[in-house]
Amino acid sequence: MLSEKSLEAIAFERSKYPPEESRSALLAALRIAQEEQGYLRDELITYVANLLDLPPIQAFEVATFYTMYDLKPVGRHKFCVCGSVSCFLNGSDRIIRHLSERLGIGLGETTEDGLFTLQEVECLGACKDAPMLQLGDRYYENLTPESLDALIAELQGGSTDVR
Amino acid sequence: MYVNGVTLKNRGVPDSHRLSVYAGTGGYEALRKVLQEPMAPEQIIAEMKKSALRGRGGAGFPTGLKWSFMPKGVSGTKYLLCNADEGEPGTCKDRDIMRYEPHRLIEGMIIGAYAMGATAGYIFIRGEFIEPINIVEDALAEAYAAGYLGKKILGTDFSFDLYVYRGAGAYICGEETALMEALEGKKGQPRFKPPFPASYGLYGRPTTINNVETFASVPDIITKGGEWFLNLGKPNNGGTKIFSVTGQVQKPGNYEVPMGLPFRDLLEMAGGLRPGRQLKAVIPGGTSTAMIAGEVMMDVTMDYDSISKAGSALGAGSVIVMDDSVCMVRTVERIARFYMHESCGQCTPCREGMGWLWRVMHRLENGQGREDDLQLLLDVGSRIEGRTICALADGGVAPVVSSIKLFREEYEYHIEHKRCMISMGEH
Repeated sequence: MLSEKSLEAIAFERSKYPPEESRSALLAALRIAQEEQGYLRDELITYVANLLDLPPIQAFEVATFYTMYDLKPVGRHKFCVCGSVSCFLNGSDRIIRHLSERLGIGLGETTEDGLFTLQEVECLGACKDAPMLQLGDRYYENLTPESLDALIAELQGGSTDVR
Repeated sequence: MYVNGVTLKNRGVPDSHRLSVYAGTGGYEALRKVLQEPMAPEQIIAEMKKSALRGRGGAGFPTGLKWSFMPKGVSGTKYLLCNADEGEPGTCKDRDIMRYEPHRLIEGMIIGAYAMGATAGYIFIRGEFIEPINIVEDALAEAYAAGYLGKKILGTDFSFDLYVYRGAGAYICGEETALMEALEGKKGQPRFKPPFPASYGLYGRPTTINNVETFASVPDIITKGGEWFLNLGKPNNGGTKIFSVTGQVQKPGNYEVPMGLPFRDLLEMAGGLRPGRQLKAVIPGGTSTAMIAGEVMMDVTMDYDSISKAGSALGAGSVIVMDDSVCMVRTVERIARFYMHESCGQCTPCREGMGWLWRVMHRLENGQGREDDLQLLLDVGSRIEGRTICALADGGVAPVVSSIKLFREEYEYHIEHKRCMISMGEH
């Protein structure tokens, strides 16, 4: 169900913990599985549990507790806009409204072409450069409507640089 | 004044995250001193106590004292953990230490491990911090290659392995025992204390956990002495502290300054308020700490004891500045949403109470407030406080109760007029 590369990555994670503590590699294994397959469907969660010799319920508990796991398909580019207080005080609502209008979707929705998902998240720990969002591996900070437009154009142009 | 001189010393230097740059500015000299002089573990802990360094993650517990709790002479593994699960709204300092000074953190941890006899450690970094994670991973590889980590460090009998652990999105994992649960591959739900981590921590083994900034303060304390560090600040409030100044200031940022600096000076460093604005209120230590009225705050100094005397807490040093353009009800509603979202669901008063507080705040903000809503908020708050396993719920109550106390007329205006007294407009 997972590629050789992902299995190797999970084995490496396992090596960081005492042999009898394979459960410690669970959060990482779920992340690696999601990175490869886009989201965590039930069979994939069970598969990861089996891989680590854990009862599936333990993997489901974790997959449903933490916010970074996607249990449903999301767009190729997932905008996670911070709406906590320092970002709020610097106009995060405006940022969300702008993205929503530009993309034609509401919070929690994905564009029909499967390219964009829009989410509001709680504090991402970049409060001094508010307002900000996370997109894939990167933080985009000190956002303005103009910088958002430039970012969307870049992504629509199929840039592979931005994930 | 000693500014940006300890944990963020090399910020701004090109490639400050690389070992070559760190070593070129005295990096790993403290570790050499400890291992080669050598310094006995008791001596290190005594120096830490002398420094009056207090935990920089928010609780402010004296670091040297915490280190002395680690049991001696036990067989089996002892663990040293770093809490890099930075997520309290307004807090963004550990991210910068990891981005610009990862080796200072690593060196601090190695010294701590030696002082406490720990042989394995994990740096628990929140999962969203992918850039810092990659930088710290690279720095660990450099430290291993240079012989600062692994077996027989610098040719001594001391061995220590250190790894990065990535979180997966949950504020509660910043609570130390929830962090340990997450590290064990479970939901991050806090444990009952006692037993405390020093006797029953990760995998039930003796464990010490400190914040990023705390560890990053250690190398300079060792090379320059505990007394030097203490004297940077004031008695019982040793050293410098990073303040993340955010919100409505002109130059938000991380400012590392001596403990005891007057707030008005810190505000000035952060560029002051926007033109024509008045200071309304300040949250001095992250959203879990009580709000302080602007005019009171202008006379407070930035240290644990002074802020505590003003009725709040220094917390993680996350200073959120609000000017007179702010609707307090709307702002606190937003803060309450955070605690509802982040409650781990374990304790009933928190699981139910955080949502309850938010729902009442939400209807107040949306013109549907009822006459007895303020009393309801205060009552619910008083029934939550002190009745949960961890401090999250108390932290969720603090902004609600403190803002009602300071800005009651604004709340009453919402109930009476069904709209904001101060319109933030298209915010």
